[in-house]
Amino acid sequence: MNNSSEKDYFESLISLEYTHTAGSATTRFLEAVAEGKIVGQKCLRCSAVYVPPRGSCPRDGVPTSEEVTLTDRGCVESFTVVHIPIPGNPIEPPFVSAMIRLDGANISFLHLIQEIPVAEIRIGMRVEAVWKPQEEWTTSLENIKWFKPTGEPDIKPESLIFKPK
Amino acid sequence: MKRIGVVGYSQNSIKSDAGAANEVELIMPVVHEVLAETNLTQSNIDFTCSGSCDYLQGAAFAFVEGLNAIQTYPPIKESHVEMDAAWALYESYLRILSGDAEIALIYGFGKSSPGNLDQIMSLQLDPYYVAPLWPDRVNLAGLQAQSMMQAGMLTREDMHAAVCASAHNAKNNPSAFNIDPPSLEEYLASAMISSPLTKHDCAPISDGASAIIIASEDACKKHNLDPIWIEKIGHQVDSSNLGFRDLTLVKPVSDLMNKLDIDLNTIDIIETQAQFSHEVVLMSQIFKRTIQDINLSGGPLAGNVMMAAGLDTIGHTYKFLKSHQHSVALAHAVSGPCLQHNLLACLRSPL
Repeated sequence: MNNSSEKDYFESLISLEYTHTAGSATTRFLEAVAEGKIVGQKCLRCSAVYVPPRGSCPRDGVPTSEEVTLTDRGCVESFTVVHIPIPGNPIEPPFVSAMIRLDGANISFLHLIQEIPVAEIRIGMRVEAVWKPQEEWTTSLENIKWFKPTGEPDIKPESLIFKPK
Repeated sequence: MKRIGVVGYSQNSIKSDAGAANEVELIMPVVHEVLAETNLTQSNIDFTCSGSCDYLQGAAFAFVEGLNAIQTYPPIKESHVEMDAAWALYESYLRILSGDAEIALIYGFGKSSPGNLDQIMSLQLDPYYVAPLWPDRVNLAGLQAQSMMQAGMLTREDMHAAVCASAHNAKNNPSAFNIDPPSLEEYLASAMISSPLTKHDCAPISDGASAIIIASEDACKKHNLDPIWIEKIGHQVDSSNLGFRDLTLVKPVSDLMNKLDIDLNTIDIIETQAQFSHEVVLMSQIFKRTIQDINLSGGPLAGNVMMAAGLDTIGHTYKFLKSHQHSVALAHAVSGPCLQHNLLACLRSPL
């Protein structure tokens, strides 16, 4: 008979290996990021600019065929303060995860905000990317360490609402 | 009862490895093609349903990403089955029947190249008794082929004939692989993957997507669509416990033929999603046809896009009926190991 402290079952992990494919649009984005550039794609029907691009405009169901080079500046579209540590994450809570809307883009992506007290972060705040040293760049958005405030005046959140052409 | 018909079908050229193209890039062309074929736009579609398997992509809710290929801007009525898209068509059929929609777009997609398909399919097995043993789909298919041999229903010559018939018939389908079949001597000398199955007996690893549009009779009149009626459709599943099944019978198929009152004598052509040569032999016996007379498209042995190949049986029968050479067709889609879950659809040309 088993002691109560002994397991009477066997644990095993299920692991599967994949060769992941980002898709041609996202691959293009990742290649550009490795050179310190941010590229999006534009829908020729509604003019929405997607970054990172997925190769399609879900609004119109058509490929986003035009490449657009974007700056690494934008604003905070939304954010949340993370208080609970995530295993393996080197950043000490509390920290801020924010949806960053780059200038000229019509969707936002998730990144970190640093170099400002958490309590001062707000929607509409202007931010810019802080890049890792160039020798550490890879095909990853982690080439940007985080975003920091630019000190420019805030933008009105209403101005972010997309109006299709 | 309300009549519902298939009005358009598009299939990608099947690839053994679509490489950098992701699922969205596979789906979008077939959706655009099927819309162009029917002269419909996304705004005419009342209901969209997809069939795919997140395990193939190795990401939770991966099917949601696939929606980027269609106009998903709200409002949209949309659903998904974690199964072959033949079942997405079945769900769409019920939606139209219930009056919830008039025109439905169905698409199925899958890339088998990024992972190990045999291992992935093991995870679709019963998670308590079977999956922990990791039997792969070819092992299980081998058991079924062995059972057939022991019952005197199958010879290796039959299996070779199925391989050759598929390669020959696949010339009818520009999307299928161009397979050069082995001679009988070469075939008999081929290495076994899982006895008695050789690589020739197994459907090839395939990447691709397919799309179908179905519509109610009213919608067909309104939009000037040219339907092939779905006269009968149903599905039935066998036990998930392989030990409870006689693998030499495909009981759900015989049950369904009774239930749906399908008379094989009236059927002109049959497409079956038999993914192994012995399954072709078994289904040809059940459907009372010669091996050469089923799967005029070549069937899965000439290209087997997971989660789309079942929908393709309906798509191919639609195409054959459209070409006016035939009037009644039977499509047979499957899911699960050893032909466990079966869907039959009987299509009829209005001519």
